[in-house]
Amino acid sequence: MTRLLTAPSRRAALFAAAGLGLSVTFLGRQAFAASEGAAARRKLVVVICRGAMDGLSVSPPVGDPDYRGLRGEIAIAGFGQPGGALPLDDTFGLHPKLTAIHDLAMKGQARIAPAIATPDRARSHFEAQDVLETGMSGVYAADSGWLNRALQALSAQRKVEALSVGAQAPLILRGKVQAASWSPGGYRDADPRLPGILADLYAGDPLLGPALAAGLRTEAMAKAAVDPAPPAPGPMAADVAMNQAGGAQQLQARAQQAAAGQARNLGATLAKFMIEPNGPQIAAVSLDGFDTHANQGAAEGQLANRLLYLDSMIDGLTSGLGPAWSDTLILVCTEFGRTARVNGTRGTDHGTASTALILGGGLKGRGVVGDWPTLRQARLFENRDTAPTLDMRSLFKGALADQLGLDRRTLDTVVFPGAADAPPVRDLV
Amino acid sequence: MTTSDRDMTAAVAATRFGLGARPGEIAAARSDPRGWLKAQIRPEGAEQPDPALPSTADRIADFQDYQQAKKDPNALKSMLRKEYLGTADEFMARARLAAQTDGGFRERWTLFWINHFAVAANKGLMPAVVGPFEREALRPHVFGRFEDLLTASTRHPAMLVYLDQAQSAGPDSPAARRNRKLGLNENLGREIMELHTVGVDAGYQQADVTEFARALTGWSFGGPRDPDPSTRGRFIFRANLHEPGARRVMGRAYGDGGEAQARAVLRDLAAHPATARHVAVKLARHFVADDPPPALTARLEHSFRDSDGRLDQVAAALVDAPEAWSPAAAKFKTPYEFLISSWRALGAAPAAPRDIIAPLNTFGQRAFTPPSPKGWADVAGDWAAPDAIVKRMTWSEAFAAANMGDADPAQIAQNALGARLSPVVAKAVDRAESRKEALAVLLMSPEFQRR
Repeated sequence: MTRLLTAPSRRAALFAAAGLGLSVTFLGRQAFAASEGAAARRKLVVVICRGAMDGLSVSPPVGDPDYRGLRGEIAIAGFGQPGGALPLDDTFGLHPKLTAIHDLAMKGQARIAPAIATPDRARSHFEAQDVLETGMSGVYAADSGWLNRALQALSAQRKVEALSVGAQAPLILRGKVQAASWSPGGYRDADPRLPGILADLYAGDPLLGPALAAGLRTEAMAKAAVDPAPPAPGPMAADVAMNQAGGAQQLQARAQQAAAGQARNLGATLAKFMIEPNGPQIAAVSLDGFDTHANQGAAEGQLANRLLYLDSMIDGLTSGLGPAWSDTLILVCTEFGRTARVNGTRGTDHGTASTALILGGGLKGRGVVGDWPTLRQARLFENRDTAPTLDMRSLFKGALADQLGLDRRTLDTVVFPGAADAPPVRDLV
Repeated sequence: MTTSDRDMTAAVAATRFGLGARPGEIAAARSDPRGWLKAQIRPEGAEQPDPALPSTADRIADFQDYQQAKKDPNALKSMLRKEYLGTADEFMARARLAAQTDGGFRERWTLFWINHFAVAANKGLMPAVVGPFEREALRPHVFGRFEDLLTASTRHPAMLVYLDQAQSAGPDSPAARRNRKLGLNENLGREIMELHTVGVDAGYQQADVTEFARALTGWSFGGPRDPDPSTRGRFIFRANLHEPGARRVMGRAYGDGGEAQARAVLRDLAAHPATARHVAVKLARHFVADDPPPALTARLEHSFRDSDGRLDQVAAALVDAPEAWSPAAAKFKTPYEFLISSWRALGAAPAAPRDIIAPLNTFGQRAFTPPSPKGWADVAGDWAAPDAIVKRMTWSEAFAAANMGDADPAQIAQNALGARLSPVVAKAVDRAESRKEALAVLLMSPEFQRR
């Protein structure tokens, strides 16, 4: 029987924090990896941070003269101060919770794109996530995701399959290529006849037939890949923490550590999948909980907890990949950024440009990707947001070109139709 | 109507409009399926899950005890348990009502509005107030005027906390002039426009959102530490947070009016033609198809506009719409719908959290915790992932093993699906090697997974 999580609760609210909700999606399982050499070893992971992640906290421009004034009490402190930013260059640092990513940066394996945005300007989570995941110029222009279309294009060269991990299927992988899926939480172990009976009943069913077949294949694969079973997310660990700990603060600190441990396990499990001989070459991960309208915090607090979670997941993934890390590229992106000014409830409202993180064992270039528009009042977009200087699709195109070898024509016509004027970012890896 | 038409119409009434047929339900609907549905529409609104459940004010008082208990680990532990149990009780009462009611259409209609005005038990006070929010703000108004439903939702502490309204201060309000740390939060204003009323493509601008957010300043509630205990858990207007001056939202001017200013904006948003359109599309998508027939959407939109947002009339228009009665089942059930209809098929109800709260977590539809203010997804693409189908199969086996007993599987299948039961599934149920396998096959059949 399935592992069962505890009920929604005060505990969940307090210790798991807003939205530990998370899903992972694998795309593109190579069928004949061994015969294809270097191209087939190259891996791409896209991490979507949902809710509009605050770029000015992820990569705080502490050297920008306007940063502190705009941000007030949620500004990240300068280099070398307690809770201060981890230095990247004279202008930018990383949030103090992003220690693993900072270690990568020090090795030339992490870069930031500090003023990147999709073409959408409506400041609606749902529209912007749609545009981010479909890769289209406008909202609701496609019902397939750009990663799925990239897979379709790749499948002309070699047989590819798709695999999603997580209870809900994200738009970025929906499309013609059937995505299998898997999420942490136990395995089927019962009536051996039932899958066959249902496969017969679903024979003419375009929705349930392919889904069941893919689900059963993935289940078999997951059993092989994950040993022992991964821990259940959230509340269970929080329960354990509650039973052991003393005061409320200690409880919360332990719960954060437990959450970070889960995130690290999740990254490590993803890595295990990816380094299997027939493992997925492409994966997509969703993290929720970045919509920080009130009490956002600075070095500690609501957003800091989510960034610790992100950093821990990346740490588990990069460590788990081992030698394969040198062939892997990870993009961390969000649907839009947040207002440059702190709002009246110690948070930030919906903005425009944000930061994307570009991580890879084989990164070529150094320095910031795209121009920094600065935070001077005259340069703020609509006098409120970081101005966008780089189209998100340019980064995605560059990654697909460099990492997976898709040509410009395919990128401009099949994967990102309508984005020919967004040139790929060159020489990422 | 021929006999077989009548059988199909009765089955559609109980399974698509309702929450799945309990034993005898399709037979009860058979003589007049449309009349059977319309009889569930009533001016006093939805049913209430359990009259003994505590009010928002009660839960907030408990929350204050909890805040004080934080310093003492033992007291904290017992308070956490009480809070947790309180929220679980709410959800269980709601699930039992859905499993047992004779008014399945009325409850589905209610669940639609609960998802339209989505709040989540994901921070601070929220787990304490999500249940009371549904009971106090939404259930009484689901067959009343849309404006009343919208206003009750917007004024409830749950919505004011969830979308960060309670502390939002006008930049030139008396409070913000004294304390420069206070200021505006536009979250609630934006989501009311985008999600609750006119919809994102209605043509409003950032300035409209900001102006509406300014009008809403001062809309707050009595919190755990408010000096006047009689206000705790109730809406109050905090004049010292309100932004003075006239506002302009979507081309309309609103004079300096204190609390009444945002009420006037809500009234106009409720009456805006884009709201009728937005609500009609969502209703048609929920009840009939992921891509609903345009004729149905237009019918509902006209009913909404012609009746000034009378939701009883919109519900009746849905029942009367020929497009809503196609025999083919187009909607894939969400996890909650699947679980509730499974309990109804047995004529039983969930008794403990493991019967419904636990499997909802497994299926990715955590109780009282939609992922965003947009609510749970309402299309098959979100719920029919391969992993989800395997998890439903796993659960169906365990559910059947625990609950099937000595019942006759063929009779259960007939009671649950009526004329919608296909010969091929009826045969698979007959041929099963055990009663529990038969029930698992029924629950996982294409026609039971849809409605």
